[in-house]
Amino acid sequence: MEIKYYIGLAIALFCTGIIGVLTRRNAIIIFMCVELMLNAVNLLLVAFSKMHALSPVGIATPSVVSDAQVFVFFIMVVAAAEVAVGLAIIVMMYRNVHSVDVNFLNRLKN
Amino acid sequence: MGITQILFWFLSALALGSALMVITRKNPVHSVLYLVVTFFAISGHYILMNAQFLAVVNIIVYAGAIMVLFLFVVMLMNLNVNVEPQKNKLLQFAGVISGGSLFLVLLAALVKTKALIEMQSGDYGLVKTLGQTLFKDYVFPFEISSVLFLSAMIGAVVISKREK
Repeated sequence: MEIKYYIGLAIALFCTGIIGVLTRRNAIIIFMCVELMLNAVNLLLVAFSKMHALSPVGIATPSVVSDAQVFVFFIMVVAAAEVAVGLAIIVMMYRNVHSVDVNFLNRLKN
Repeated sequence: MGITQILFWFLSALALGSALMVITRKNPVHSVLYLVVTFFAISGHYILMNAQFLAVVNIIVYAGAIMVLFLFVVMLMNLNVNVEPQKNKLLQFAGVISGGSLFLVLLAALVKTKALIEMQSGDYGLVKTLGQTLFKDYVFPFEISSVLFLSAMIGAVVISKREK
């Protein structure tokens, strides 16, 4: 399998997330699109690590491949912490303005 | 076309289709459920690349914990109805155009690579190998991440506490 198919898939997932962030106004769905982008990047990192496992130049020691996957694991850890804080912020926002529509959050504008 | 290719295209179509459903559904509950389907497809890709540990962690952490948290918040705020009244069609159009342009630019820049990728073999992604790497070379970041979790937990409690 060539790496370019995985690059294409990850780019498509990432851009789907970007379009969701730009077009939706529900804060929860925007947050879910951020998670989607994080997962696209994770997928690409794993694909690149498996590409280095086949690397002909010999720079790929086994630890390089494992390092990349440990890195993906840490991304997941940080994402879990981020979701806990982010959802608390969204709950707080719903309590204050009784909506999760991000267009209501314009008090800093004028 | 071997079984690997068939599985790859099937999982890719599943992931992309449900990702599109996530950003087009009006009901947030449906969006959450389609995002779970996307995460399962991505876990399938990890299994296809023999990254078994990450596949299991992806299912447990993302599809299990994080998505249940999202679903819980959506149900808690009673948002399972359409809360987005009318939208600016022009802004939506501009968002789709800019996202699509980014897609085309990135794809044109990166798609000409010829490198191959190891499928269904290699023991780098197994729990044994990753566990040894994690607890030999990365034991300090691992412990630091527990502090990160503690601060995230305290932060979430402080933020969502009702002010008097």
